[in-house]
Amino acid sequence: MATVVIPALLRKFTDGKDRVTANGRNLGQLVDDLERQFPGLREQLIEDGEVKPSVAVSIDGDMGTAGVLEPVRESSEVFFLPAIGGG
Amino acid sequence: MSQSSPNGSFRVIGSRPIRPDGVDKVTGRALYGADYALPGMLHGCVLRSPYAHARIKSIDITKALKHPGVKAIVTAEDFPEVKGVMAQVGELTVNTHYLSLNIMAREKVLYDGHAVAAVAATSRHIAQEALELIEVEYEVLQPVMTAEEAMKPDAPILLEELRTKLMEHRTDPGSLEGPDRASNVPGHIRFERGDLAAGFRSADFIVEREFTTAAVHQGYIEPQNALALWSPDGHVTIYCSTQGSFNVRTLTSSVLCIPEGTIRVVPAEIGGGFGGKTTVYLEPVAALLSKKSGRPVKMVMTRGEVLRATGPTSGTKMKVKMGATRDGKITAAEVWLAYEAGAFPGSPFAPGAMCTLGPYVLENLRIDSFDVVVNRPKVAAYRAPGSPASAFACETVIDELAEKCGIDPLEFRIRNAAHEGTPQPAGPPFKKIGFVETIEAIRDSDHYRSKIEGPNRGRGVAAGFWFNGGLQSSATVNIHTDGTVSVVTGSVDIGGTRAVQAMIAAEVLGVEMDDVRALVTDTDATGHTDVTGGSRIALATGMAVYEAAHDALTQLKARAAKLWEKKPEEVSFNNRTFNAIGNGVPPLTLKQLASRLARTGGPVTGRAALNAGAIGAVGNAFATVCVDVEVDPDTAKVRILRCTIAQDVGRALHPSYVEGQMQGAMAQGIGWALNEEYFYDQKGVLRNSGLLDYRMPTCLDLPMIEALIVEVANPNHPLGVRGVGEVGIVPPMAAVANAIYRAIGVRMTELPMSPPHLLKAVLERRNLAVTEAAAAD
Repeated sequence: MATVVIPALLRKFTDGKDRVTANGRNLGQLVDDLERQFPGLREQLIEDGEVKPSVAVSIDGDMGTAGVLEPVRESSEVFFLPAIGGG
Repeated sequence: MSQSSPNGSFRVIGSRPIRPDGVDKVTGRALYGADYALPGMLHGCVLRSPYAHARIKSIDITKALKHPGVKAIVTAEDFPEVKGVMAQVGELTVNTHYLSLNIMAREKVLYDGHAVAAVAATSRHIAQEALELIEVEYEVLQPVMTAEEAMKPDAPILLEELRTKLMEHRTDPGSLEGPDRASNVPGHIRFERGDLAAGFRSADFIVEREFTTAAVHQGYIEPQNALALWSPDGHVTIYCSTQGSFNVRTLTSSVLCIPEGTIRVVPAEIGGGFGGKTTVYLEPVAALLSKKSGRPVKMVMTRGEVLRATGPTSGTKMKVKMGATRDGKITAAEVWLAYEAGAFPGSPFAPGAMCTLGPYVLENLRIDSFDVVVNRPKVAAYRAPGSPASAFACETVIDELAEKCGIDPLEFRIRNAAHEGTPQPAGPPFKKIGFVETIEAIRDSDHYRSKIEGPNRGRGVAAGFWFNGGLQSSATVNIHTDGTVSVVTGSVDIGGTRAVQAMIAAEVLGVEMDDVRALVTDTDATGHTDVTGGSRIALATGMAVYEAAHDALTQLKARAAKLWEKKPEEVSFNNRTFNAIGNGVPPLTLKQLASRLARTGGPVTGRAALNAGAIGAVGNAFATVCVDVEVDPDTAKVRILRCTIAQDVGRALHPSYVEGQMQGAMAQGIGWALNEEYFYDQKGVLRNSGLLDYRMPTCLDLPMIEALIVEVANPNHPLGVRGVGEVGIVPPMAAVANAIYRAIGVRMTELPMSPPHLLKAVLERRNLAVTEAAAAD
């Protein structure tokens, strides 16, 4: 199962846990499993079936570009981060 | 003429050829946005609010419309009402509703200079006369000008629909975060790990300080401009100065609610951007005026408009508390950041939080960061957005901790330095990075080893971190029948990237630099290409050019094989020639092969289109700087005596342009540190909307900046490249502050450290000393 690090202000959905595990071959399936375990979490991360524009995802240190289709491995470590821009 | 010299295993990469666009630029032949003209063209001007915060009760354009020479006027009524959708536009996350309101105020003006109406006329002077005939009735409201004021419970509210939300900005009331009441704080994020309390308990020294920084402008020399032509068939062509022609297309489409495919954006040469030209201001207005008048419309901002009405970066309020053991290990860090967004949500509060303390190993930390709206122009990106301000705060505290521990400030940083695998403040681990190498480069530099002597002189150091962008780029490499090559991309060239792209193609194809021409083209003529920003062009578009050149090479090998009646896999390319493996066929140069393309299958065009990754983990960038200053004891003017920057660039494709980016970033950081700020009066009106009073450093203010290139190859890039354009601006403010402390014993926590601010701090310290001495007596 992949390890998901929960953003600090969303830990109220996970009873304060900062790290949880979830199943899924891609990010969309992973978030579905998170929602099953922690109802209400998906709405914070997904909108209209895709990762929210204001959210970026790091999987094993790489910033994904495929949104909900981004592959996730059994041993992956997943972070949800604010999307940012440069200058 | 190119001047190549060998560089290790590369023939062209790493050399310093003269930039191909240089001659046109220094002779005045280069075409910038304001140089463009079309037959029948009109001139557009914008009427701007004289108030920082007011309701628009009415706008009467009757008299203005009758003015001879006026051909069209637009107000918010001419723009479609745009729903609040968060759109991903390259590296920007944009609320299209607020973007539309920023371009033309509707119902309310939210800053001095906010656009209220625009006129197109047969001359600029007539357009300006017509502006004075537009009658606007305002109900003036109390402005709120700083984050601190705006966060108070009884602060005037700018946008009634805003609520505080995690990680984004929402306008739907009754949403998940906090009470359902209007707020000037639309965004809040937090990063937290470990046990903060335990971390502080284990510290031998704790430093706690508050900081403020002023909003500063990117200071590009060339003001915003746009020339728009709306054709009767509904297609729009926009010529403009922009960092991202595809951004202009998408954002104009969003504001005007027209299909993107009907808009063609032609980027002109650009006179600086630094992030400030990644959005739109004039383009949709010029387009609408053109539609209404039936003629092309050109608009060029004045410097006053640039300062009043285009995005600076945020002013901030910050609190930092850090603890360390006496042997110099940081045990805990607590950081509170509030970034002024200007009139609409969208400050760099997130990257500021993600970058601060990025250079260090930290087990126990909490970082809270807030996005705060105020009655100032909506902020825009500025070189490593968010990071310089938060680095000013944290690097100053780190300097103070190092002093308390009795440890050299560079050594203190080495003892806590992040390395491959260290978690970033936001959590993901760093891949291979070169931070320690930059500290060591400064430590071992002639500058740092030299003595600094004389009264009121001091030396300061600081470090900084910034992400780099990947995002989308497209490239085409065309092989011409005479053996020359053209490289075509959509990446606007701000810092010499055409030269770098030509170098990459020359390297791969084995041709001379002089035989390669790199072009920037419009949105109809090339594949999607994200903005020139986020330090991404040499990295991402460079990657696309590299792949396109290899694609061309693969096709050329197939052509050689055809000539020799062999299979493509029996042809190799080495020593700049195509060779048939195994027998004595004479090799062919690209030039020789190019002349035979027609008879071997036709033209050869190499193509590549890629997404090099989101901004974040694509070759992270670090810099360390060292600054020597002298402070005049009577005027508190700070003179920069010497400055050096060391930066990990991965691989310097063109060392001169890499050094230029480092030096330019450093110069901007010094201006930010010592002089630049906006002066607003009590009514929220800007009082220094010109470069005489908005004081940026010139070459007379700075010594030669020594740039030390450190190369720790980026494992994610075929040439090892890291973005170089931004991180250099992150450390200088803290380095200057730390140098001032060592010069005169005053620790500054407010930017800019201009003579009035520094003198005030000096006098306060003297008064305190006198008071303490009197008390002791």
